[in-house]
Amino acid sequence: MTFFLEQLIIGLSSGGIYAIMALALVVIYKSTGHVNLAQGELAVFSTFIAWTLVQMGVPIWPAILLTMIVSFIGAVILERVVIRPFDEADDLVIVAVFVGLFLGIHSLAGAIWNYEVKPFPSAFSDGSVQIVSDLSIRAHTLGSLLTTCVVLAATWFFFRYTRLGLALRASADNHESSRLVGINVSFMLALGWGLAAAIGAIAGVMIAPVTFLDPSMGLAPLIFALAGALLGGITSPFGAALGGLIVGVLEAMISAYVPYGIEFRELIALLLILSVLLVKPAGLFGELVTRRV
Amino acid sequence: MTTGLNEPANRVHEMPDFRPSARFWARLGYGAAAILFLAATGTLQGYELFLASSILSYAIAAMGLNVLMGYNGQISLGHGAFFAIGAYSAAICIDQFGMSFAFTPIVAGIVGMAAGWIIGKPALRLEGVYLALATFGLAIATPTILRSDLFAQWTGGVQGLFLLINPAPKWTGLDLDQSIYLTVVVYFLAFAYVTLRLVRGLNGYAWLATRDNPIAARAMGFDVTKAKTRAFVYSVLACSVGGALQAVAVQFVAPDSFPFFLSISLFTAVVVGGLCSPLLGPILGSAFIVLVPNVTEEVWQGGSWAVYGAVVILVMAIQPKGLAGMFDWLKFKVAGQSGS
Repeated sequence: MTFFLEQLIIGLSSGGIYAIMALALVVIYKSTGHVNLAQGELAVFSTFIAWTLVQMGVPIWPAILLTMIVSFIGAVILERVVIRPFDEADDLVIVAVFVGLFLGIHSLAGAIWNYEVKPFPSAFSDGSVQIVSDLSIRAHTLGSLLTTCVVLAATWFFFRYTRLGLALRASADNHESSRLVGINVSFMLALGWGLAAAIGAIAGVMIAPVTFLDPSMGLAPLIFALAGALLGGITSPFGAALGGLIVGVLEAMISAYVPYGIEFRELIALLLILSVLLVKPAGLFGELVTRRV
Repeated sequence: MTTGLNEPANRVHEMPDFRPSARFWARLGYGAAAILFLAATGTLQGYELFLASSILSYAIAAMGLNVLMGYNGQISLGHGAFFAIGAYSAAICIDQFGMSFAFTPIVAGIVGMAAGWIIGKPALRLEGVYLALATFGLAIATPTILRSDLFAQWTGGVQGLFLLINPAPKWTGLDLDQSIYLTVVVYFLAFAYVTLRLVRGLNGYAWLATRDNPIAARAMGFDVTKAKTRAFVYSVLACSVGGALQAVAVQFVAPDSFPFFLSISLFTAVVVGGLCSPLLGPILGSAFIVLVPNVTEEVWQGGSWAVYGAVVILVMAIQPKGLAGMFDWLKFKVAGQSGS
């Protein structure tokens, strides 16, 4: 039983990180209609920035905050310069551009910080927390779970109760009508990218202490986050976050209880993506995107 | 030539493809190219032969993927998986059954098509970006499956398999590199022929129609599902044969030879080489993905990905039809100039 609880909490904790990543995917999908394949690499790049700041002697929390700001600005510029020119292009072109972005960011990170695996300090204390008599959980696991809750709540609050959030939702919903009521849609699209990058940066610094930091770190979280986002519904922030959590718990349980499960985690994500897309393309909470032919 | 009005008129003159003499010249050109490829067996040596074998085996894979992405408009980011399946089928045939390397691509093609059918059956119900996402997952999952201890008895696990490849019999006078290259060329020419036939025939029209407007295609009497499945299966066949030949050329397979980035490389080869250019595009594209890492990896580790990324985005921005498209554009310019 203790083992099960332990696995459950580990699952929830990594699921939380997937949930944050999934949220980043949803924010971009909702505002631009694109699935950002480079999201994982963006998060890794942000994490490297945080790592550099920590190496320079900045305490971890200010470093994370600074990283979020830098990521925000960087992503806004990226959207303006690289993505915007392809606004009206067809699917293949968009996918190709994202693949190009993915490769570019990946190797830029490799060029600046090389491919050595680096330890990344946890934002929380190093010890573990005794919950019940024989159940102790690493402080980082609990901390990242808590962070997830805060990020999710903050994002929800932002979209639900602020003018800017409302404007973002409006421009995601309908570009023309939003323009007519005086929303600067072009600015909103860039803002969506910036927000997604800032949210992704949090996911990066939460996962790096667990998996260690190297340029390929973003691949596995991306695929799990994608599975989570599709499971919950890529048009629904709440659904995507829940989907991320479910995927995290599923991953932990399969790694713990199924023989060879730990080797086939990515395959599970793939099967999940396939079956969701085939059985319920809108996901659990999303709305079906209908296309006029 | 300078006025915009003249251009359409020029373009009409630019379509001599259907005149018999043009077709004759084209056939002559293809024949000459084929002989050139075969003759290279004697002139290239050692490492050059290996590079040429690599380029041509990637070109086979890219040809198939080009049919899928260019002609049929389905986006796959995961065909590296089928490349790996082909390579491992060939490797296991050689390693376990001592099969002659020249025939392994046939087995690889059959195994690959079976795998492609299993994966393609559900995946082909997805469209556009969603197929890209599903295959993206496939690309990420593949290396972990190859690495698994579960199949280590067959795949050699993390260490992989070294392939013992015997050169052609003595009387042919070919050394090992030459016999591998010659095999690759023979498969390449076969695929080039079949691809051209498929693309220029009724299948090609079915693919194009399905890509451009599925509903209109259905109204015209094309079976859209069948057309998609055919394109997918053909691309899988080409990728697994390409993978088998690549494994033979390298004489080694390991999970690390088929990373996630292999799928992205194949995608890059197709996009950079030129969508909808059945032969020239794949050749240029695979030359690009084989030769660029040779240069850039010396400058900075992982630098080739940056070059891929930048070139892919640039190609999309400047000429979505890739290098082959630029080639055509140049030809049009030159021909236009001399014609006026």
